[in-house]
Amino acid sequence: MRIEGHAVCLPPDIDTDLVIAGRYLRTKDQSIWATRVFEDLDPTLAGRLRGSVIIAGKNFGCGSSREQAAVALKEAGVVCIIAPSFARIFFRNAINRGLPLAQADLSCRDGEKVVVDFSAGTVTAGDISREIPPLSPRMLEILAAGGLVEHWRKRG
Amino acid sequence: MTTLSERILGAPAGEYVDRPVDRAYVHDGTGVLTLEAWLALESGEIACPDRTYVLFDHIIPANTSTTADLQHELRKFACGAGLHFSDIGDGICHQLMGEGTALPGDIIVGADSHTCTLGAFGAFATGVGATDMAVIWASGSTWFRVPETIGVFLSGRLSGHSEAKDLALTYVSRLGMDGATYRALEFIGDGTTHLSMDSRMTLCNLAVETGAKTGLCYADAVTLEYLRSFGEIVSTQAPPSCTYEQELDFELEDIIPVIAVPPRVDTILPASELCGLSLDQVFVGTCTNGRYEDLSRFASIVRGKKVRVRTIVAPASRTVLEDAAGTGILSDILAAGCTVIPPGCGPCLGAHMGVVGEGEVCLSTANRNFRNRMGVGGEIYLSSVSTAAASALAGEIALPGGDE
Ligand code: SF4
Repeated sequence: MRIEGHAVCLPPDIDTDLVIAGRYLRTKDQSIWATRVFEDLDPTLAGRLRGSVIIAGKNFGCGSSREQAAVALKEAGVVCIIAPSFARIFFRNAINRGLPLAQADLSCRDGEKVVVDFSAGTVTAGDISREIPPLSPRMLEILAAGGLVEHWRKRG
Repeated sequence: MTTLSERILGAPAGEYVDRPVDRAYVHDGTGVLTLEAWLALESGEIACPDRTYVLFDHIIPANTSTTADLQHELRKFACGAGLHFSDIGDGICHQLMGEGTALPGDIIVGADSHTCTLGAFGAFATGVGATDMAVIWASGSTWFRVPETIGVFLSGRLSGHSEAKDLALTYVSRLGMDGATYRALEFIGDGTTHLSMDSRMTLCNLAVETGAKTGLCYADAVTLEYLRSFGEIVSTQAPPSCTYEQELDFELEDIIPVIAVPPRVDTILPASELCGLSLDQVFVGTCTNGRYEDLSRFASIVRGKKVRVRTIVAPASRTVLEDAAGTGILSDILAAGCTVIPPGCGPCLGAHMGVVGEGEVCLSTANRNFRNRMGVGGEIYLSSVSTAAASALAGEIALPGGDE
């Protein structure tokens, strides 16, 4: 699996309240989450996420278990998130929603081209490359299916 | 030579295991998305309706027509499918599961990050997202990576006005917001034996604020007695006999009242350094500090006095509220000028029942002070119940026992 996108840089400890605020949770309309994503951090960010690879600091996705955070990022067009570490519930949620995550500590320049290659186990931003730990076979299967629901339905 | 997590999950740290779950619960917030994902699975029946719980606590009573419609749909589904259902006003999901349902040795999953609260009973209890929960509804089981464990050694007794909450904020600040990511915390040592179940739940509640998968206490005589009051007869768990990945030590006598300053749970200051900070709202409640012990402590400080700032009190469950009414502490709280709201999450997640305005400062007994969590532009300071009570009376941050 190989993913390309433009870098969007974010600080460490991004919590899920910041990804999508509690006041937008009571709806099933996913397009609301996509347009309100990161609203309290930077309201212009949602418009810049299509085709992006987020490069964040450690502990991305901490806080609440709200799966809407992963859905919001995916719907807004984020193709992958790179961070030195992820909060564990967010990690599972993202994979379950078909949003790939790569664990690496990478310096970030906004807009730079980023390539994540899960088969080769590397991420490359500009001319800097880092190795990434492999995802478990189960996670790769879930991602390949497009998410846990699709994976489950395929297994029957 | 295994940790409690390894014993319950039956495999060494680092291994991936599939396990049937003993209890699975969602609330009105995460339940909506779980139901949607479960319907998409087209899996037929819920695998274990008798182990599946739907508990309404987050936005209760409903605040808008949209919320009401979503709740209506989930309520109809839960009752139709024969799941355990508790409606508005029964209490916060973690508290309800802690009133005689969570048992030592159980594997418990909840679609909420503070499911770790139930580790207080010697259960392996952890939060999952909605889609994971949907597959648990369909299959009755899920996968876990058995976590490495950090041993948190407690010795001695809390003294003065210090509470389990002060200890919890202190260990969160020691570990940092990601200091225990992917790991479990085990609270051990003679200091744990002096902690009530209410206090242990507070301690385990904050485990997730360090990134931990869960926090656990070994079931002992205190656990047994508590569960017996709910008609559950269980045995104690043998004390730990393991080496931990990392160890932390806390002398409980040294724990002082502290406050977490916005917007991070791991940034604490001694409460004494914040005295005089003006407040717009005090909030006492949540799955961290809305239990009987908390309300009783609060009442003992405000009894016969008047609060000087708007103060909202939310009992964690109907049982807590009824007990508070029965013993008279509820009257003390009301007579002090506090606003008591229905058992539930209240303003903790910034949806209703006490949202704070731009520039307002709230002192809360909850577990999170993230930016905008209780309302856009509001600031949240986190403290113990005693500090909240003293501060409510002063209208500004004040130390418990300051006027004794
Ligand atoms: S009281 Fe607050 S932290 Fe606890 S479950 Fe409710 S919203 Fe979450």
